Formats: sequence, C-alpha cells, structure tokens
Amino acid sequence: MTMAKPFAGSPIANISTNVATAWPNRYDAVVFLAVGALFAGIVQAARWMHQPLASLDLHPVSLDPWNLPQYALLTTLRMFAALGLSLLFTFLVAPLAAKSKKAERLIIPALDILQSVPVLGFLTFTVLFFIALYPGGEFGAELAAIFAIFTSQAWNMTFSFYQSLTTVPGDLDEAATHFRLSPWMRFWKLDVPFAMPGLVWNMMMSMSGGWFFVVASEAISVGDTKIMLPGIGSYISLAIEQQNIGAIVWAVGAMAVVIALYDQLVFRPVVAWSDKFRVELVAAQAKPESWVLDLIKRARLFSAIGDFVGHLLQTLSGSVSHLSKQIPDAPKVSVATGRLFDWAWNAALLVFAGWALWSVYSYVHAAVGWSDLGEAVASGFITFFRVIVLIAVASLIWVPIGVYVGLRPALAERVQPLAQFLAAFPANVLFPFVVVGIATFHLNPDIWLSPLIVLGTQWYILFNVIAGASVFPSDLSESATLYKVKRWQWWRKVMLPGIFPYYVTGALTASGGSWNASIVAEVASWGDTKLEAHGLGAYIAKATAAGDFHRVVLGVGVMSLFVVLVNRVLWRRLYALADRRLRID
Amino acid sequence: MGVYPVTAIRGNANGRDPLVSVSHVRHFYKRGASSNLLVLDDVDLTMHDNEIVALLGRSGSGKSTLLRIVSGLMPPTSGEVTIDGQKVGGPADGLAMVFQTFALFPWLTVQENVELGLEAQGVPADERSKRALAAIDLIGLDGFENAYPKELSGGMRQRVGLARALVVNPKLLLMDEPFSALDVLTAETLRTDLLDLWCEGRMPIRGILMVTHNIEEAVLLSDRILVFSSNPGRVIAEIKVNLPQPRNRVDPAFRALVDDIYARMTARAAPAREGLFPGTGISMSLPHVSTNTLAGLVETLAEPPFDGRADLPLLAERVQMEVDELFHAAETLQLLRFAELAEGDLQLTEAGRRFAQAGTDERKALFAQHLVTYVPLAAHIKHILEERPSRRASIIRFQDELEDKMPEEDAETTLHTVINWARYAEVLVFDGETGMVGLDTPPSAAQE
Repeated sequence: MTMAKPFAGSPIANISTNVATAWPNRYDAVVFLAVGALFAGIVQAARWMHQPLASLDLHPVSLDPWNLPQYALLTTLRMFAALGLSLLFTFLVAPLAAKSKKAERLIIPALDILQSVPVLGFLTFTVLFFIALYPGGEFGAELAAIFAIFTSQAWNMTFSFYQSLTTVPGDLDEAATHFRLSPWMRFWKLDVPFAMPGLVWNMMMSMSGGWFFVVASEAISVGDTKIMLPGIGSYISLAIEQQNIGAIVWAVGAMAVVIALYDQLVFRPVVAWSDKFRVELVAAQAKPESWVLDLIKRARLFSAIGDFVGHLLQTLSGSVSHLSKQIPDAPKVSVATGRLFDWAWNAALLVFAGWALWSVYSYVHAAVGWSDLGEAVASGFITFFRVIVLIAVASLIWVPIGVYVGLRPALAERVQPLAQFLAAFPANVLFPFVVVGIATFHLNPDIWLSPLIVLGTQWYILFNVIAGASVFPSDLSESATLYKVKRWQWWRKVMLPGIFPYYVTGALTASGGSWNASIVAEVASWGDTKLEAHGLGAYIAKATAAGDFHRVVLGVGVMSLFVVLVNRVLWRRLYALADRRLRID
Repeated sequence: MGVYPVTAIRGNANGRDPLVSVSHVRHFYKRGASSNLLVLDDVDLTMHDNEIVALLGRSGSGKSTLLRIVSGLMPPTSGEVTIDGQKVGGPADGLAMVFQTFALFPWLTVQENVELGLEAQGVPADERSKRALAAIDLIGLDGFENAYPKELSGGMRQRVGLARALVVNPKLLLMDEPFSALDVLTAETLRTDLLDLWCEGRMPIRGILMVTHNIEEAVLLSDRILVFSSNPGRVIAEIKVNLPQPRNRVDPAFRALVDDIYARMTARAAPAREGLFPGTGISMSLPHVSTNTLAGLVETLAEPPFDGRADLPLLAERVQMEVDELFHAAETLQLLRFAELAEGDLQLTEAGRRFAQAGTDERKALFAQHLVTYVPLAAHIKHILEERPSRRASIIRFQDELEDKMPEEDAETTLHTVINWARYAEVLVFDGETGMVGLDTPPSAAQE
C-alpha cells in the first residue's frame, strides 16, 4: 500500500515547510497573470475560428448498453494518451527547471499555480481551440478532450519529479559523477529511479482526477456548439438528457468495472514494482503486492520477451548514452555577463507580466463591469463557505472511521484499497442519482446539491487518516493505554495530533478537488429539470452554457485566486505547522 | 617510525612521476558575497606506488575536500593535482572511490551496482558481467549478485562499494571514511580483509588514499599518516608508520604512536583558550555539545580510574565516543574552565571537581556562572535581554548578528548550542514555537 505514505510524494509534500515562503511572491503574480492571458488568448483564437464548429458532425452516441464496452475503451484510451503526454511533459520540463535557475524561476511558480487552478473552468476554451485547429473533424475534439485531461494531470507529476531531481542524495550524485555516467545514463539510472515512488503516487492521483475530467470533457456544450465524443461521459450526458435512469445505472456499472480493471491491471502492479526504488535502506514491513506483477514476473515467455526487448533497448540506449556525452557543457560566462543576463531575464518577465495584466484587464473589462466582479467575488464566498462546511462535515464523519480502521491492521488492509477505488471513481457519474432525488422531492438545491462537491473528494480524507492511524507508533498508543488516557483526552492529546499531518494532506487535496467539482456540481439537470445552487461554480457553468467568455474568464480568474489564497493562507500554514510540530519520525 | 617535517617530501627514487602529487592546494568555500571560508591552506602531498596514505583529521579539517579534489569531483580554488604526471581536471580514469555512506543505488542489484562504472565506460555487456562477477567473488560476496542493497548488512554493502571501485581497474583507490558507518566488529573484519587483499597483491591498485578521523584505524592500515589541523585544514605532521603488518593494537609501539598522534591533534589547542574554536568573542563558532555529555564527561573524569586526569585514547574508549565528539566535549570543558587539555590528556580543574561533586541545583549555578563568564555569546545575549524592557528578543535577531560573522549553518549551531547550555543553566528561556529568547527570572524576582 503506497497510500500508507501520503507524504512520500504527494503534491503537498512538495510544499515548502517554511511559513515565510507560504505567501505568494512576485513570480506567482507574474505567472498567475500569464496563465490568465494565455487562456484569454486561446479564447480569442477560438472565437475567431468559431464558425466551422456549427457544422461539426460526430458519430451519434446511443444508449444501447452493448455499446458501453466500446465507449469504456475509448474513454480509457483518452485517459492513457493524456497520461503519456503528461509523462513526456514531466520528463522534459522538470529537468529543465532542475538544471536551469532561470527556467526554474518561471516554471516552478507556474506549476504551483496550475496545479491548484480549477482546470475544469478552462475546459470550454481548450475544446473550442482544438476544434478550431481541426475544423469539421473528430480529431480536434479528441485532442481537446485529451488536452483537458492532460491539464488535470501534468502539473503535480512535473512538480514531484522536479522535487525529486533537486533532492537526489548527495552520495549517489557524487558516485554518478565519479563513475562518469553520461547524462542519458544518469537520467535513467539515477534521476528517474529515485523519483519513481513519488512519481507513481502522483500519477495515481492524476489518474483519479483524470477520470473525473474525461467524463466531463467528452460531452461539452458551449453556447450553441455541442460536442459528443463516443465515450462513457457522453453516454451519461445523453442519458441525463433523455431521463433514462436505467442507462445511468449501466454507465455506473461500466465505470466501476473499468476502474477496478485499471486498479488491478495497471496501478497495483506499478506500485508494487516501484517499491524497489525507495531509497530507505531498511526493508519496509508491509510491501505492496500485486498478483498481476507476480504473474508477469513468473511468466517465462513474457520475461524472455522482456529480456529481449530490454537487450534491444540497452543497445539503443548505449549509443544514445554515447551521443549524450558529446553534448557540450553550457558556455561559461563571466560574472558580469551573467548578471546582465539575469537582469535582462527579470526585465523580460516584468514586461510579460505587464502585458498579461493589461490583456486580461482589457479583455474582461470590454464586456464586464465592476458589478460583475462584485458578483463573481460574492459567489466565490458562497462556494468557499460551501467547501469549508462540507470538508468539515466530511472530516467529522471520516476521521473517526479512518482512525477506527487504521488502528486495526487486518481491517485496514481490506478497507484501504476500497477507499482508493472510491477516490478514483469519477463522482460526476453518480450526480444524476442525487439530482433525480432533489427533483423528485423538490428539495432546496442550495443545500442538497452541496454534498456533490465532496462526493468524489472525501475519500482523500478517509484514506489519509487510515494511513496516519495505521502508522501511529505502537509505543505511544500503549503508553496512552497504560496511563488510562481515554475519550476526549485520547482524541485531543494522542490520536488527533498523531494523524494531523496526514489529515491535512487529505483535507488539502479534498479541498482543491472540491473547488473544481463545484463547476459541475452547482448546476445540474435532469432532462428539462434544471437545478441551480448559488456559487462561483454555477456562475462559471452558466457563463459557459451561454457562451459568455468574458464572464468565464472572470469567474475562473476569481476562482483561481480563491483557491491559491486558501491554499497559501490556510492549508500550507497548517501543513507547515504539522510538519514542524506533529510529525512523528 | 619517524616524524618528518611537512616540507621534506621523499625524493623520487626511480625517476617516474609520483602516483599522486598535490601541490599548493588551497580551497575556499563561498560564504555569502564578501567573505570566504578557507578550508584547505597550502596543502602538499606526494604519494608513490605501493603506499597506503591516511589523511587524518577532525571534521572541518578539509580532508574529505582534499580527497574530492584529488578525485576530480571538485576543482581546487588554487594549486594543482597530478596523477601519474597527468593534471586532474575532472573525474578521471584510473581512480575509484569508496564512499562513507556506500552510495549504492538501491534500485540496482549488487551486480548492476558493480557494473555501473563499466557501463559508463561503454564496456560490452558480456565482459562487464564477467569482470563484475570476478570482483564480487574477490570481495567475498559470491552468491549475492542478484541481491538488492537493502537486503544486505552494512558490512556487505561496503564490500559492494569496494567491488564497484575495484572492477574499473583503478590505479588509485580513494576511500572516504570507509568504515566509519559500520559497527566496531564489522569494521575490523573489513579492514583485515582489505589489508589481506592489499598485501597479497590481489587488487589491481597501486595505492590507497584514505580519509579517516579514527586514529587507530590510520595507524592500523597506513604506511604514512598526514595529520590535518582544523579551520583551516593544514598538514601539521607527516608520520611514517614502520610497524610490520599485521599490526597489533596492544603492541606498546602501536600505543605509543597513537598517544603521540592524540597529543599532536590536541597540541595546538593548548596555548590560547579561545583559540580552540574558530573566531573570537561572540563570533566564536561553537560545536553542538549537550550538557548531558559535558556532565557525563566530568563525572567519568572525576571517578576512578582517572581520578581527575585521563589519557584521551583511554577516555575515548571508556566513554565510547568518537574522537571528534570527544574533542568537541573536551574543548568545551576547557572553554568553560572545567578542565584543561594538555599533551593528549584531559585534566579537571578545581571548578570541574566541584561540579562533579555538586547536586543538581548547585551544578546549574556553577555552570551558569562559568557560562556567562567564559562564553562571550552567552554574556552578550544576557546583556541584550537585560537592556530590553520586555526582557525578550527573537532568536532571529541573534541569528542575523552571528551570520555576519560566520557561515549560516555555523551560526545556527552555535546559537542553539549556547541557548541550550543557557536553558540548562536556567539563565535563559526559549520558546521553540515563537522563537523568542527570554531571561529566566527566578520566581521571586518576577514579582518585583
């Protein structure tokens, strides 16, 4: 169970524990604006190239359950295509940030913000942009979906890899230099293996998030453009439109099968395999296991093929390795020239920031007044309140359960995979059931739509708490028993501090995900019934449906600001506190 | 066994280039914009074939830095290193290093770890495997080729480290405190095995250059010992060890040599008290030594068989401390005037004896008095706090002040050491959460 180590490579572990750095710095501002400007640019481009979209004709999706295996396969393929892209991005960008100080200054704050921004809000822009690139074809829509998933996956993986690259143990680094490993060899023998456990954890987190996005990105309607790619997401969307509850049950079943297969066939083997890359020199007590990996290891033909492929790769990599030795070192520049470069770079960043600020302002201001900003911010507070209350409610429910389970290893072993499975399950697939309930009983959507935003993210709290409780030192719990520490005192003085760092990790992840989910959760429909809660998510969703891009940019900008501020001001401080005071080593 | 002055380096008998030649090597570490820390000052070293040379010194003596300069891992600020007459300008062929922490790649098997250097040289797979297995066999790890490092004990891991170094057929083997991460028995076995391989000529190497802080290890293994001083690192003595192998730790000649080296390593400390630690006044950089260690050392010294005066090697054995730790503690006692260091002996002062006899409160009072009198930084902090109406100040204020005078890390260690001493002495209070330092006012005084 890699989950038992939520600190090992979770995005949160990347956060500096230094409180002083928790506040946004000027680079954050630069990048924040740059990202806004970039997306505003994409929107503009998409608007210009908007026309051909109307004629876009894709294969119609049907509700026949027999189509589901095919749809599930397509959905899964999109997922893995995006994961492959994310990995490529990670291997290219992270080393750049780790090796070059100048690149680092731009890339790291960018990643930091991108991983907390509600990417779901940008979905519509990217879809329009890609469709405009390949007008009239399905390919553009496919690319758009894959890109949307990519944007939900890449950042934390890159961050994790960068973090690993900068913390390669000094002695291994020296040994690699001493034995004169070529850059290529060093990358595959030292950098990648060392980063592997953290990277695998982050890939898993990315996949969980990705399922959510793949479902959301297959069926998109922006203004009067409607795109339906064959896949589970479109199937569900069609079922909602036709009020077909039976089809939704089928879809949920198909999704469950897909996630279970993915968990058993892909994720678990990879986790079990990546365990060998841990740098602890003591063997861990509970090694992750996977029957699939055991099977692969035992399969003779398979290993023979594997050996053969390995041999081919080795020969190939040998020549690449030789080539990579020829790469000349960076030219040495004098201190004065270096300083001049630094200065020029900073100036360029500043100009870029100014331009970005101006373009975001002028774009939004062209159609939107100050009152709209006020409305967006007010909606933001409503969603903020909703997220906080629901995280609190989820915590009240799952912390005691998590502790109960975590303290019983036999039970934890059975529950932990279930919690991981539930976290990977795209909660938006389940939304229709709740919506049907609200519509049938005429409940208040402001209250009853709210639980949807933590439906998918609450599991992060559960499995982190289980992980924390299961590694709680037995000497501490024994001494608590001996001194007869009970009930409230036990929670306050023994268990809560013990699991706190784990809880914060889980709650931070859950909170970030909930903001994202609000965009699809605050507005829901069932056939012709439209349900709507107040909040920033609803604001963005409505603006999207109306094709009002100025308000979408405004809404997403405000939401990004909220998420980043909440992370910096609340979660990271808690995390730093947990790391400083309550970490049990 | 004779002692040579540093400058008198042996002439080259056969006219060949020496295996290693280090001349006038100086090395600075950059510390902030203006000041630099000199870690190696004008070091010379000539090493010939069939020699084991030990670089002996305390932490901060730059001996590991010198090893890295010789290996080409870092360039010296000035000076030159040649190997077989070739100038070293980067990691070079013909050298192999054994690391203190083993530096094995946990995701590679024993054999893959051993093959690493060969693979980097582009040796074909078949030959790689043959040579690696031969090296593994030589080093006594037959049967563990496919094991991962985490399955091995520390001693076996270091054997892998040695095999990995030997397999590239180096002419010179560099060893950076190779046995210091191992337990006593394992380290002894490995030393003996290494010597056997060396004496029987079964390793392809022509010389071993080894860094250690363990005096007995240096005397046990090497033909020549270069003793380094600390801050900055300089060669203060070059000692030729003429004892025949295998050497015996209880041999009187062996003991005499060890005692002699102990005396040399503490000699410089004797004349000026404050000269013990780099810097003077409040900019004196202090090592981390806990008050428990200090009290324990004073007690041990006061008891039989020492009765107030102890030979350092014997004391080190008795209290089971590394030489470095012991030196730090002994020098701290000297700074506080609880003991005197002279000629490799540590002797309690009158105050030290009183401290040993005293009860807890009395000890604290005595310690407080000596602390404020003899440690300028303690007096300084107390003085600053007394001048403030709140009688409190942030630790950052002192940290910043110290960082102007010494490297950041040293400043932190020094400050925390002094604050911990002062907390024990009930001179200061410190809140780790807020980082506030305050005066420890007795209950009666607080009401005034």
